[in-house]
Amino acid sequence: MKQSDAYISIRNVNKLFGSFQAISDVSIDIRQGEFFSLLGSSGCGKTTLLRMLAGFEMPTSGEIFIDGQPMSEVPPHRRPVNMVFQSYAIFPHLNVRDNIAYGLRKRKLSRAKRDTMVDEMLELIKLPEYGDRKANQLSGGQRQRIALARALILRPKVLLLDEPLGALDKQLREQMQLELRALQKTVGITFVFVTHDQEEALTLSDRIAVMANGRELQVDTPTRLYERPVNRDVASFIGNMNFFEGKITGISDHRASVDVKGLGHVTTTNFDAKLKPGVDICIAIRPEKLILTENEPRNTGNKARGQMDKAAYLGERSHYYVRLDGISQPVAISAQNRQRAEGAPEEKRPIWISWEDDAFVVLEDG
Amino acid sequence: MSGESATSANSGSPKPPGTGRLGRLLQRSEAARGLSLLSPTLLIMFIGVAVPFGILIVMSFWTQIGFGFDTSPTVANYENFGERPIYGALLKRSLWMSSAATAATVLLCYPMAYFVAFHIHRNKMIWIVLITLPFWTSYLLRVFAWKVVLGYEGVINSALMTLGLIKAPLEFLLYSQSAVVITLAHAWAAFAILPMYVSLEKIDKSLLEAATDLGDGPVRRFLRITLPLSMPGVISASLLIFIPTTGDYITPALLGGPDGAMIGNLIQKQFGAINNWPMGATLSIILMLSIAAIALVFMFVTNFVRKRIS
Ligand SMILES: Nc1ncnc2c1ncn2[C@@H]1O[C@H](COP(=O)(O)OP(=O)(O)OP(=O)(O)O)[C@@H](O)[C@H]1O
Ligand SMILES: [Mg+2]
Repeated sequence: MKQSDAYISIRNVNKLFGSFQAISDVSIDIRQGEFFSLLGSSGCGKTTLLRMLAGFEMPTSGEIFIDGQPMSEVPPHRRPVNMVFQSYAIFPHLNVRDNIAYGLRKRKLSRAKRDTMVDEMLELIKLPEYGDRKANQLSGGQRQRIALARALILRPKVLLLDEPLGALDKQLREQMQLELRALQKTVGITFVFVTHDQEEALTLSDRIAVMANGRELQVDTPTRLYERPVNRDVASFIGNMNFFEGKITGISDHRASVDVKGLGHVTTTNFDAKLKPGVDICIAIRPEKLILTENEPRNTGNKARGQMDKAAYLGERSHYYVRLDGISQPVAISAQNRQRAEGAPEEKRPIWISWEDDAFVVLEDG
Repeated sequence: MSGESATSANSGSPKPPGTGRLGRLLQRSEAARGLSLLSPTLLIMFIGVAVPFGILIVMSFWTQIGFGFDTSPTVANYENFGERPIYGALLKRSLWMSSAATAATVLLCYPMAYFVAFHIHRNKMIWIVLITLPFWTSYLLRVFAWKVVLGYEGVINSALMTLGLIKAPLEFLLYSQSAVVITLAHAWAAFAILPMYVSLEKIDKSLLEAATDLGDGPVRRFLRITLPLSMPGVISASLLIFIPTTGDYITPALLGGPDGAMIGNLIQKQFGAINNWPMGATLSIILMLSIAAIALVFMFVTNFVRKRIS
């Protein structure tokens, strides 16, 4: 991405807590109006990075720019960002209206104007009747929405959200995801959203930064992250993946031919242009991109013979594990149950797997 | 609770022990259970507080005759209180002095409690212990310590004289109202620090960050979040100091001189040298009522202010 696109620009940021490196050399650009997610497992530094954007932590080195301005000298209460805390941090001594209006006090608004703005916000978060309640009289989902309203009423340039849906049950969470996404489109504010739930990140985001151990592994759209992960960590963090060892035998026409252990010959366009023939690589395929058949499929060279190991029936789909000659790890296959299932397939039965062209991805680390 | 009884009824199992009428009542009612837990305390409270209080009330309507009492009820003691200005003046002075001591203590201790709650991250308990260490000594000892500091040949006077800043000892230091206020403020500091520390420590740090995030600088944030949320601690600290200091008589007796005498000294004299127990009882009751009235007004006002601040 061009530098000029970036609304938030994180440049070579490091963060040390004592001698512990929580963030190592992270550079990320976030565009205006984007729903951007930071995704990673627990302890990878998502909250730390978000808190540096809000100004509650200072980078040990590196610089953060928001709207072109370096942020190192700007204290948290002067930054054009607002945050929705993981714990919501609703002020317990104030009612809902006063919580929402909290940040407005600085802007010298008339009482009437302020009241209208709060009413609009209560309407937006669908809690118009709740203005006089105290924080301890609210459910988790309601608190979450009030925390959101309290930040949104200030019309910040950027809204930072630290796992705002983490404490909610599955149903409410899915509902809130939709509402959050719709809200973001309506208000047009840049969202930086922290989550460790990959499904949530994929559903909501325009782009996602996958993080591990204080580094960003890949910054990309949900589709590209899923279809074209750059390395094994990203591939296994998002969804399931079958990994194989292989060696590149030839490259022509943007197409790599790979000799894969257990599968034979595979060609794909999904590879890094820097790779040369003769290199050992890692090649991967998603379980749902493998096709399982009783008989040998015709009209395709993309096939291999195997033996059914295990099957798990999950209702809408089934998971199968298939053993291939020459590799110890069984291959996972996920298939829609289009026809009525007729009991579990017997084990040790010989079967065939096949795949479409370009279903495989060549990963960076071999 | 009802679930438990329902299952036992359904399964038809034999009654567990203790499920007689009383047992069931105890199980059902949270309040009854609380009362039964409290009952030993209630008993002691009743014997130790209510009975003497009752005696005081009854006695305040009696009259002293030599070494005996005329037990026919009369409000003469209360009228006496209204007629002789010395009583009212002493009561007013006591309330004033202990208000001053309370204000001084709370104002001085709040920063200390704040410091430990927000700026100490490790070994907080050790800090608390260190701060309250002087209060492990006896109350009397602390009062005498101040006598040593404030006395004619005490620390302050001799230091100032050695430096040549004054020729004669400053007399107002000892045997004055300020000596009493200073000593009371110090002697009761531990009772102010602890409740305020607890209420400050309880404040969720993310609330402070949220306030900052919403645009408040440090001062505004303190006034809008920290102070209101620590108000329960401030109120209990104030009451904890105000109530006992108003009736205190040791400090004014040792450090007050004639100007610094408080109502407690007078009450003590009624039961001692003056030997008018009914009047002593009357003064005690009036003191108690004034304290209760002031405490109520105080709580009402702080509650009101707290609502206004936010
Ligand atoms: N104030 C601190 N002092 C020392 N170490 C810290 C501090 N804050 C965070 N860390 C460490 O930095 C690492 C990253 O923490 P961070 O809170 O950013 O993780 P996270 O990605 O938000 O995890 P989670 O999903 O569990 O919230 C962790 O290993 C954590 O222990
Ligand atoms: Mg976190």
